[in-house]
Amino acid sequence: MSGARIGAAGGVTPRELADSRQRLVRDAMAISAYALPVGLVYGLAALQAHYSLVDVLANSTIALAGGAQFAAAGLVKDGASWFAIAGVTLLVNARHLLYSAAVAPYAGVKSRRERAVMAHFLTDETFALALAHFRRIGSFDRRGYWIAAMAIFIPWTIGSTLGYLAAGAVDTGKLGLDVAFPAAMAGLSLGMVSGRRDVAAALGAVAVAVPIGLLAGASVGLVSGAVLGPFFGLAVPPSGNEESSAPETPEPSAEAGLP
Amino acid sequence: MSFALVPLAFVMWAVTYPARALPMLAPGIERLPPRAVAYLRLAGPAALAALAAVNCLLTSDKPPHLLVGIEPLAVLLCILVVARTRLLLPGVTAAVVLVAVARAMGVAA
Repeated sequence: MSGARIGAAGGVTPRELADSRQRLVRDAMAISAYALPVGLVYGLAALQAHYSLVDVLANSTIALAGGAQFAAAGLVKDGASWFAIAGVTLLVNARHLLYSAAVAPYAGVKSRRERAVMAHFLTDETFALALAHFRRIGSFDRRGYWIAAMAIFIPWTIGSTLGYLAAGAVDTGKLGLDVAFPAAMAGLSLGMVSGRRDVAAALGAVAVAVPIGLLAGASVGLVSGAVLGPFFGLAVPPSGNEESSAPETPEPSAEAGLP
Repeated sequence: MSFALVPLAFVMWAVTYPARALPMLAPGIERLPPRAVAYLRLAGPAALAALAAVNCLLTSDKPPHLLVGIEPLAVLLCILVVARTRLLLPGVTAAVVLVAVARAMGVAA
């Protein structure tokens, strides 16, 4: 079953559909190639936070939220409460609301149950790959969506497992691997920056998080920075690419290879 | 083997899944005020930047102290590499190599 709906809105030929799928697969392979090593870094971060292998697998398949998974590992390591972890996860993943809204007009042709399952896999990369494909063909394509979803889900899960297993066999401090986690967080944050408002939000979050962290503990500082940082961004005028709130352009974080 | 953090995965799912599903299952719900949409767009970079800062600038003592060492420099190097390449892995690799070399040479703890 092809799963493709070539309706009036799209009107593409089978050849055009095949071409678009070919391009989707090529793009998906590039994402997969990157997701695997970043998954390795996550596996390492999880090991340092004293996760078990089952914990790592559960987080990578159930939460399936790379940036938030990194954040959770750091918070667990700092002894933060699960309430704080849930709050940070909510903030980090709030952008998915925009992704889902952008995919909704295409996915509306599918049953409610199928959309509910699809939503679980709607990561940065799935959104970026699938929406580009749907826009090329002008309609929904079930097979295309699942190619996009599995392009990140499979390598991310495998990478995090391998990272966890491999890191257990080496002296992570001697090899400098303990810095991989904060470096990954800083790099991911930068990957999400697309204008001066993002820069202001990120710097504002740091300016809040560090002094409050010194006074009240690291996890309190982190949550304070995450909650208050966006207000620094809202205080500055948006740059050209921040004018529109429509999520048509995937965030650069999709390039980073994280779900 | 411990399963202690498996429930945490479900907690994280419970706060992530609604954002992924609601607009697809209940069209129209995403029509938030523009100010709320702008806040949501900024929450990701803010949260991750705060996380990076707390983890590389504060010690793990209780209460924490400001960390002075190779780690903040390594994170800065990562930021520079990611800014140049737009790729995460080369940045993280550069940071790890810097710390490993500094420690091997005895210039960092």
